[in-house]
Amino acid sequence: MNETIMLKDEALIPEGLSRCSLFKFSLWIFILLLVVGWGLLAAFLIFWKGLNQTNMNDYFGFALWITFDLAVIALGAGAFFTGFLTYLWGKKELKAVINFAVMIGFICYSGAILILTLDIGQPLRSWYGFWHPNVHSMLTEVMFCITLYLGVLMIEYAPLVLENRKINANAFAHHFAHNLHQLMFIFAGTGTFLSFFHQGSLGGMFGVMFARPFAFRGGFFIWPWTFFLFIASAIASGPAFTVLITSLTQKVTGRKLVKPEVLALMGKIAGSLLIVYLILKFADTIYWAVVNLPARGLSFMGQYQGPYGFWLVVAELGIFGILPAIMLMNAKLRMRPGWLALASLLSCAGVVFNRFIFTVVSLALPVMPFDRLVTYWPSWQEWAPTIAFLAYGALIISLSYRYLPVFPQERELNE
Amino acid sequence: MKELSGGKELYGMVIDLDKCTGCGACAVACMAENNLSFREDETDKLRTNTWMRLYRLNNGQHFPGTRVAYLPRPCMHCQHTPCVSVCPVNATQLDEKGIVSQIYPRCIGCRYCVAACPYHARYFHWWDPVYPKGLENYLNPDVSLAMRGVVNKCTFCNHRYQRAKDKAFLEERRDLKEGEYITACSEACPTRAIIFGNLKDPNSQVFRLSKSPRTFRLLEKLGSQPKVYYLTSQDWIRRQGDNYLKNEAARKVS
Repeated sequence: MNETIMLKDEALIPEGLSRCSLFKFSLWIFILLLVVGWGLLAAFLIFWKGLNQTNMNDYFGFALWITFDLAVIALGAGAFFTGFLTYLWGKKELKAVINFAVMIGFICYSGAILILTLDIGQPLRSWYGFWHPNVHSMLTEVMFCITLYLGVLMIEYAPLVLENRKINANAFAHHFAHNLHQLMFIFAGTGTFLSFFHQGSLGGMFGVMFARPFAFRGGFFIWPWTFFLFIASAIASGPAFTVLITSLTQKVTGRKLVKPEVLALMGKIAGSLLIVYLILKFADTIYWAVVNLPARGLSFMGQYQGPYGFWLVVAELGIFGILPAIMLMNAKLRMRPGWLALASLLSCAGVVFNRFIFTVVSLALPVMPFDRLVTYWPSWQEWAPTIAFLAYGALIISLSYRYLPVFPQERELNE
Repeated sequence: MKELSGGKELYGMVIDLDKCTGCGACAVACMAENNLSFREDETDKLRTNTWMRLYRLNNGQHFPGTRVAYLPRPCMHCQHTPCVSVCPVNATQLDEKGIVSQIYPRCIGCRYCVAACPYHARYFHWWDPVYPKGLENYLNPDVSLAMRGVVNKCTFCNHRYQRAKDKAFLEERRDLKEGEYITACSEACPTRAIIFGNLKDPNSQVFRLSKSPRTFRLLEKLGSQPKVYYLTSQDWIRRQGDNYLKNEAARKVS
């Protein structure tokens, strides 16, 4: 009797896979929705009353949200880079994680765009970037590329949604998904092209600010060095983030989802790229400290003041840079899931730190000698949408994990 | 200095810091002239709309060696602008007479220009403009109001230029005479510390003063080429006009 009135969703769950009870799942979704609701409440206040609801000011025009956007876009680079390695570089073993990497990318980019709409003073004018574009602005390039790339991610995510058992029973959906799969190398290529440019332009945004000595860098042709550094750090941390979230999902679900050697390969790729990035970053930092800053009458140590002290450099380049690079390059550690996850976490924290430093410290430092250092702490209306984004990500992952065949190796690994 | 056109006009300002008493008349005049709104509680100075802001400088010495000076800071109207090229929607432009403008209805409020400006001369409108009852009758009809959520800044009272040009046109003249177009701050300054005019007119006072050995510009090393010149005979003030390494000497007056 009970069975007949209880709601069941087995018909939607991929064949041969076991999932938790619908009740447990619903409870989890309910908690996530509460957090999302909290973020929506803050978003409503921002749209209604304006950005005075935040703790931003005329010194901190960029703050938590821009740090967050830059960080999640860098971490979301796992999608395009794994796609590039899988479809264009020929690393077929990465097909085991490509679905998940694309999904993480989709979450990161859609979340970043949603937060960006909150972050501009006139959200209803956000389309002006397309209507009155200033081709000299790095931000214009970012606006074009992230919007287009979100479209690419949606196309890449679509076949997975169409592979849901119920949807796939429809002949059109089945063939459409199949054909999209066949064409995926084109979208992987498009995504790679778009991503390279907007990851770079996000760095370029800071590097071109020639009147902000903390951020300004020289460069090649129209691109400041930060353009290339942001690409390098994104492709290093993106795969690490995919490994981290996969490890976390395995821990939460208690199931093996991806073969350890595939994750170890991702870790090795992330580690190798992190080393390349760190070499470039050290070279850039030394040149900046020895040439750029003194030319403007500034010293290297003078750039680290108050709470934004030298510890940021030690944390960013040491604890969250060199340390994870060593860990990821160690073959034995890579094969141990806990260590691999820790190294990935440290690497991801490094890119978050880097984006934080470029966003917040660049603006906190006074340029006029008689001006003062300002510090900033976000208001709850800024924290809420940011935390709600994490819940939104967990929501998409939870729903996809339950109802879509995200991990092709799951059945084999749990038999 | 880079010139955008072969035009006859390039407006700039000279502020004599040795004459400035820090009375704040320039800031008040600016707010009244440009319809800048204010709130009941303006204690948060990081959100106050002060297009003309007064900085208090001191020489860092104890009594009796203490010296104080005031530095009025309008927008520098840089000729190599840090802010214009970064705007994604072309909402701010450097015009042919050297004025950096802001187009309120086009600004999306991304604040990239605010971040790029080292002088903090750009302000975001955190609130809708509200005026005390009755004050709306005294608003300047020549100046449009900025809505909430956009960036605004000193325009060198661009509307006064339009007015002067209209007058000249009616009098069948093409060029403006010296003093026909001046900003509200320079008009209000009781000690004539703020001089405004055409930097390309060799007969103008601003041209002559800008060539004085007493001049310096704020943060010249950054290469933004400000069109606001400061005058002072005091080396300690000049040294605060830019960043210098410990053993690096600033250019002295004499």
